[in-house]
Parts: sequence; C-alpha cells; structure tokens
Amino acid sequence: MDLDNRPLVRLIEVGRDFDVSRPWLNRVLEGAPRQLLRAVDGVSFDVRKGETLALVGESGCGKSTVARLIVGLFALSRGRIEFDGMDLAAPGTDEAALRRRMQMIFQDPYASLNPRWRVSDIVAEPIRVLRLAATREAERERVAELLRQVGLSPDDGERYPHEFSGGQRQRISIARALSGNPEFLVCDEPTSALDVSVQAQILNLMTELQERLGLTYLFISHNLAVVSHIADRVGVMYLGRVVELAEAHQLFAVPRHPYTRMLTDAIPDLLMSGKARTPVAGEVPNPLAPPAGCAFNPRCPHANDRCRAERPQLLGHGTALVACHAVQEQRL
Amino acid sequence: MATAAAGWLRRAWGHDLAWSFRRSPVTILAAFLTLVCVGSALFAPWIAPHNPFDSATLNLSDGFTPPAWTEKGSSKYLLGTDDQGRDILSTIMYGARISLGVGLAAVLFSAVLGVSLGLLSGYLGGRLDAVIMRVADIQLSFPAILIALLIDGVARVALPRDMHDQLAVYVLVLAIGVSGWVQYARTVRGSTLVEKNKEYVQAARVIGRHPLAIMLRHVLPNVTGPVLVIATIHIATAIITEATLSFLGVGVPPTQPSLGTLVRIGNDFLISGEWWITVFPGAALVVLVLSVNLVGDWLRDALNPKLR
Amino acid sequence: MSQAPLLEVKNLRIEFPTRQGTLVAVDDVSFSIAPGEVLGVVGESGAGKSLTGMAIIGLLEPPGRIAAGEIRLEGKRIDNLPGERMRRIRGRRIGAIFQDPLTSLNPLYTVGAQLDETILTHLDVDKGEARRRALRLLAEVGIPAPEARIDHYPHQFSGGMRQRVVIALALCAEPRLIVADEPTTALDVSIQAQIIALLKRLAREHGTAVMLITHDMGVIAETADRVAVMYAGRLAELGPVREVIHQPRHPYTAGLMGSIPKIGAVKRHARLVQIDGAMPRLNAIPPGCAFNPRCPKRFERCFTERPEPLQVGNALASCWLYADGPR
Repeated sequence: MDLDNRPLVRLIEVGRDFDVSRPWLNRVLEGAPRQLLRAVDGVSFDVRKGETLALVGESGCGKSTVARLIVGLFALSRGRIEFDGMDLAAPGTDEAALRRRMQMIFQDPYASLNPRWRVSDIVAEPIRVLRLAATREAERERVAELLRQVGLSPDDGERYPHEFSGGQRQRISIARALSGNPEFLVCDEPTSALDVSVQAQILNLMTELQERLGLTYLFISHNLAVVSHIADRVGVMYLGRVVELAEAHQLFAVPRHPYTRMLTDAIPDLLMSGKARTPVAGEVPNPLAPPAGCAFNPRCPHANDRCRAERPQLLGHGTALVACHAVQEQRL
Repeated sequence: MATAAAGWLRRAWGHDLAWSFRRSPVTILAAFLTLVCVGSALFAPWIAPHNPFDSATLNLSDGFTPPAWTEKGSSKYLLGTDDQGRDILSTIMYGARISLGVGLAAVLFSAVLGVSLGLLSGYLGGRLDAVIMRVADIQLSFPAILIALLIDGVARVALPRDMHDQLAVYVLVLAIGVSGWVQYARTVRGSTLVEKNKEYVQAARVIGRHPLAIMLRHVLPNVTGPVLVIATIHIATAIITEATLSFLGVGVPPTQPSLGTLVRIGNDFLISGEWWITVFPGAALVVLVLSVNLVGDWLRDALNPKLR
Repeated sequence: MSQAPLLEVKNLRIEFPTRQGTLVAVDDVSFSIAPGEVLGVVGESGAGKSLTGMAIIGLLEPPGRIAAGEIRLEGKRIDNLPGERMRRIRGRRIGAIFQDPLTSLNPLYTVGAQLDETILTHLDVDKGEARRRALRLLAEVGIPAPEARIDHYPHQFSGGMRQRVVIALALCAEPRLIVADEPTTALDVSIQAQIIALLKRLAREHGTAVMLITHDMGVIAETADRVAVMYAGRLAELGPVREVIHQPRHPYTAGLMGSIPKIGAVKRHARLVQIDGAMPRLNAIPPGCAFNPRCPKRFERCFTERPEPLQVGNALASCWLYADGPR
C-alpha cells in the first residue's frame, strides 16, 4: 500500500449549522427565536493517501454531515476543505475538476439507485456526465468491466435495480462510484443496511478494490467491529466534534477519551469472554442545547468543574489526538 | 418523459394492473364504453350516418324529426333531427370529437404546466416554492369554472371578435387547462420532496449533474405514477367544464358544437316537446364522463397498494 | 430443560398464497421456551424469524396464515383460537415489544394513560391501583422520576426511554411470555446495552420467558440462554448459546459467525469469512437443503433430501453432515 502520509483531504475547522427554526409566520406570531443546530463544529482532520479513515459515533453525532460536507452535498458554514493541497472553495480552484476525483457510496441500497433506470445506465451516468468514454462501444466495455470488478455479470446491466438483492445493489452502487475513476471514496454506512453474511462480502470487496486501485476511503459507521476491521485510523465523534483520533489498533486496545471507552465497553461481547458490559448512564443530550464545556460532561464519570466550564481542545497525546481535560491533566 | 411513461406502463401492465382489470366487471364495461365513445368520436367523419355540417345535404323539411322508434320517426335518422334537420346521432359523434379533443388538450396542458411547476417548486424550494404554492392556494379558493370563465372573458376582451371565434377552441383549452394545474403541481411537489432526499438523487448531485437534468432524468420518472391517475380523472372533469362553459354560451361557437353546445341548443326546444334534441347529447355526455371516471377510479385503486 | 416448557411450537408452517402460487415463509419449525428462559432467534432478513414471532402473538397479517403445526402456551393450543380470545391472551399472557418504539405508542395519549388502560383491560383492579402499578413499572424499567414522567407524551421521551416505556407496557399484565422483535435495532450501541440488561433482569426476576428475535449475534450472545438459527424459513440450528457460538455445527451458522467482524480477533484488512451468494427468495428455494447453493460442505444428499434436525452434542443441527450420529 502506498502510504506516503501526504494528506489527500484536509478538513480545517469545518462547521455546519442547520436552521431548525419554526416557519417565519410561527416565529412572528409566537415570538419564537431563530434556532440554529450546530451539526458539525470545529472539525479538523486529514485523510492520507491510500488509507481508510473511519468516523464513528452514535446517531446525531454529525458523522454523516461531515461526509456530505466533503462531497459538496451541503455547503460549509465555517472552515475550509482542501483536496490534494487545494482549497475547494478558493476563487482560483476548479472545484468541479477536484470534485470528480471523489465519489460517495450511500447507506440504503434500496434508495441509492434510481428504480426507473437500467443498471447499465446507472453505472454509465458518471461516464456520460464526465465524458470519459469516446464512443458508445467504449462506454459499454467500461460498464461491463466495472460490473465484473464488483462481482456482477455484464448481463446484469440490462436489468432494473428491483431485481437485485440488497448486497447486489450495494455492488452496483460501488460500480457507479468507481465509474468516474475517483481517488477518494466517501462511504456513508455502506454495510449497515445489509445482513452480516452480505456485509462480509461487501467489506471484502472494498478491501480488494482499495488494494487494486489505490483508493482512499473515508468510512462512516456506527459499528465499531466493522470499523476495527476496515480502518487504519479512527475518529470518534460526539455532538458534532471529534473527541478522539487515533490508529485503529491503538484506539481499540487503549481507548483514551471517556466516551471512546464507553463505546468500546458497550460493544456486545460476541466471544463471550465473560467480560461484563459496563452499563452506560444517560443518553446523548439535546443538540439544540448542548451542555457548556465538554459536551460529554453530563455522562462522564471523570467530569470536574473545568469540564463543565471549558471546552477541551483536540491535543496530541502520544500518537493519538484526544479532546479531554482529564486525559490532559493525567487524571485518567 | 414518453419513454419513461411507456416503461412505467409496460411494467405495470406486466403484473398487477392487468390482473385487477380482469377482476372488475364494472371497469371492463366502463373501459368498453369509453372505447366506443372515443372510437365513434375519432372516426366520426367516416362512420357517422350524415355530415351535419355540410349544408348541401341538410334539408330543413327534415327538421324536428323524432327518433326512429317513435310514430313520426324516420329510419333515416336514428335519434331524430334538430330544428335545422341535422341528424342528432351524427351531431353527437362530431360533438364528442370536440368535447374529447378539448378535454384531452386541456388535461395535457394542465399536466405539463402543473408537473413543471410542481417539480421546480419541490426540487428548488425556497422563495420560488413559496410563490408557486401561494398562487396555487389562491387559485384553489376560487371554483375552477370561475377561473375558466375569467380567462375566457379576458380573451374575449383582448381579441377581436372574428379572431375570437377562430381561436375559441384554443382559448377554451387554455382556460380549462389553467384552471386545473394546481392538483398536479401539489401532487408532484409532494412526491418530489420525498424523491429529492433519496440517495440516488444525492448520488447524481455528487457527480455534478445540472439540477435541471436531475429533475427531468431522475425525479420526473419517479413521480409520474400519480400524475397518470389524476390526469385520467381530470379528463372527465375537463369534459364537464367544457360542457358547462359551452352550455353557458362562452365555450365553442355553435358552428362547431360540442356536447355541451348541443345540450344548450336543444334546451330551447325542451318545453315545446322536442326532447330528443337535448336528451341524447346529454345522455352521451353522462355515459362518456361516467365511464372515463370509472376507469380513472379503478386506475387509482389499482395503483395504490394501500387500498388493495 | 428441567421445567415443563412454557411455550411450545411444533412443526409450524406459515404460507402466503399469492397469484404465482403459495409461498412457504416458515417451514416445519419447532422449538420451546421454558419459564425464565431467553430464547434468541437469529437469521437474515426474510429468514422467517419475525413471522414466527407474529404467529405466536396471533398477529400474522393476512394473507399469511398458519398452514400446519401448533403453538401451545402452558400446554394449551393458542394457534387456532378465535380472534377475541386470542386478543385477551395477547397482553394478558403474552407481551410484545417491537423494533420501533415510536410506532408502538399512541402519540395522542400520555404514557400514564396508556399504561393505565392496558392494566385496567387485563387486570381486575381499580384506577388507583392501576396508577400505582404503572408507577412501579416505570420505576422498574429504569425511568428516572416516574411520578413526573408518567404524564408526559411519548414524543417527550428519547428513543431509549421510549423503548423502556414499551417494555413497561408489555409487562403491564405480568405476562408469562414476552416476544421481543428487534427491540434494540433502532437504538444506539450505548442504549442497546441498557435495554439488553433490562430484558435479561426482568426474565430472571419474574420468571418470564422471552423470545428475542434479532439479526444481531452480539445481542444474542449477551442475552440468550439458547439460540435458534433460521435460514430461508427453516430451522438451521438450535442449541445452548455458548455451544452454537463457539462450536457452530451447521455450515450456515459457521459462515455467519465467521462473517462477523470481531474487534481485536482478526488481523486488520484480513479477509472476512464470507458466504457467497444470498439467501434464496421464497419462490426459489432449492430442493433438498435450502442452504445447498452456498454451502462449502455440500454433497449429493443435500441436493435431494431435506435434512431433519439431528442431535449433535447439546444442539440440533439440520444438516446431513451429522446423519451418522454426533461427531
């Protein structure tokens, strides 16, 4: 694997707010204020060429929003994103040219393929839009090659998505994502709608393709076991912020942030080693009214007054980055 | 759109539609009657026993002939004749031609207008959506017939008289069409709001496709199902609206009478006993509208899995 | 099992008549659950696990129907009861918990009102007693400050808290059996653990039998005493959970266990064990063993004869590999 450690994608203090206010008329009549939801706030990380960086966290932590910010489905509220050293939003950059080097794979294989299109048209769409094939014949060749690459037969191109199972549809999604020759794939929960035996097929396929095509992955998932299997590095998100970022093996062996510890403790013990699952207290707070200081402090067994007042920064701790006062103060 | 609709029809025909059609005798009858009406309207110049608008063949002395089965009837005129000796059966066939033509054209106009506005409104959202939907709300607070009357009135004032008679049919299509777009726009907007958040649309956006291309190639084929149902039922409404306007005398001119015009003309003779002049066109209108409506109802139920 | 089974399912067969012919969604499935026992039922989507649960609580959606076999609760058949009598058993003797806590609760009534109503329907108590019971139940399922929360509407609860309310609702009439269909699937991992611990504790303390339907082996490993593995509407393997997980006998179970990524257990980027292909659709189940197209250990007999559940160790495995007695 070519890991020259050069960042392919770099997020710098990225943030995104959503306006969740009531409609204008209600605000006027009821005197309700405008409400902004900080879905993502101050997120910075690099994705190195050829690696798989995973983002984990519970629902509502902002990991899917980060994915959509990177591929441009949402506009940034704050911060900037660099791709291959170039700022995507800077006036001089050809944003479209950079964007075609990244693609996305979605979660729901039943919603991510247009039900009215033939599979060959679905897979060929990026080729047509980006004008990557000179002739119809070349396009057909390429589609057949892509379908073979993801383990389908070229004849499957004549069929419609509803004729395929969930796993096969996800293969079609991958073929479509690859048809624009991207270097970087953003995968948003690509296996969480699949049964485990099919999930294994897709994870194996993704690993194979990464090795063969030298792809870089940003892998979004809530499933820690899947992440530990596929990721080189892992970022843990909580209420719109990254709380820990570390090498995968290190993160699972020595989780540092109390939230990471809680998550790793909550994983069902499949091997039945007898390790008791630590019951976790509390739930994710309302993101519209996040607690002051560290967002995790109401659930954290190590929280003190500083945690309730001052927001911790993501700082180096060994090879890992951790945003926790207790870790920094070596209370933990 | 044509290929998408064709593909949609083919697939629908393949499974449930044909089956549910066979199981509903009322629908089969209604479809048969619709076919008879459409067929006789379409082929009127070839199958009608007389050409009621060829003054050379008209004979005023044949005027007010009652239907063939009555005492004074003539086998030459099955459903009798009107004051000018025109064969009622033939005028009905020619009239249905105008009625159906105006109805279909108006529905097509409505559907294209409504679907386009609904797509734009739902996909682009924001201020455009607010404007389109408020206009729709305002229009819905007036009866459709009033809107049609208004448009017709404006056209009458704006166009010189002789030109108006020439353009009467087109004005009518415009008037009925504009009065009916709201239903399409609302339905399509609703489905578009659902579809645009689906991941296949996002995938197309990630590739960098133009919003217009996404609307036409991705969203449109997925929102046409309900449009077809609305359109079928709307045909019946449009024919009625046309008949009403013509009955009120603001529709097509008497030189090209539609079913509504025929009812109005015949209405004058109802009191003097020549009932057939108005009753038969009226009955034809009822049969046509009822059968189209029944087919539309069946289509709606058959395509809506929740009702099955 | 030393105790007499609370629930007994024998040769259950569920069919769906369609225009293209009859689909067999559940085929010859037998198992039992003892009081206080948690039986896990796992399988991929479409394996028939939820339908089996629905048949037991008598909520099979037409045109689905029980075509053969019997379901006994405390020795009495309940699969052929008329609707009204089944309705009384459901709620009184059998409680149900579904995947989505939001749709299991009526959004227009307070949690307390729904609990009161269920208690008054099934138990012969007055209103005051019903309210006291409702409060006790909310406390028992771990809802903090039940006196304050009892008059809240479902939307005022978070997902995890709502699922607790649903569990309280299922417990209202002190049922003998709880059928829980994917009770933790819609919840985050940290909440999942809480709900699992709660279910487990309730089964122990009240001697309630639990049928836990899920696709998540991890949840089964933590909660269940025994596990039934379903594949294409049939029972592939049934046995004590430890034995099935550590020593899967049926090749499908073995493949399933291998395909689950495990933290720290495999080298990163190593290939996962994968079962090629997908579960057959109900209208295309192959003759013989339903798993034969994907099975790495198939032989001639698998293509022609359908395997019966065979005793292997403490487990039953429907696989011809074990036809010559336990290995």
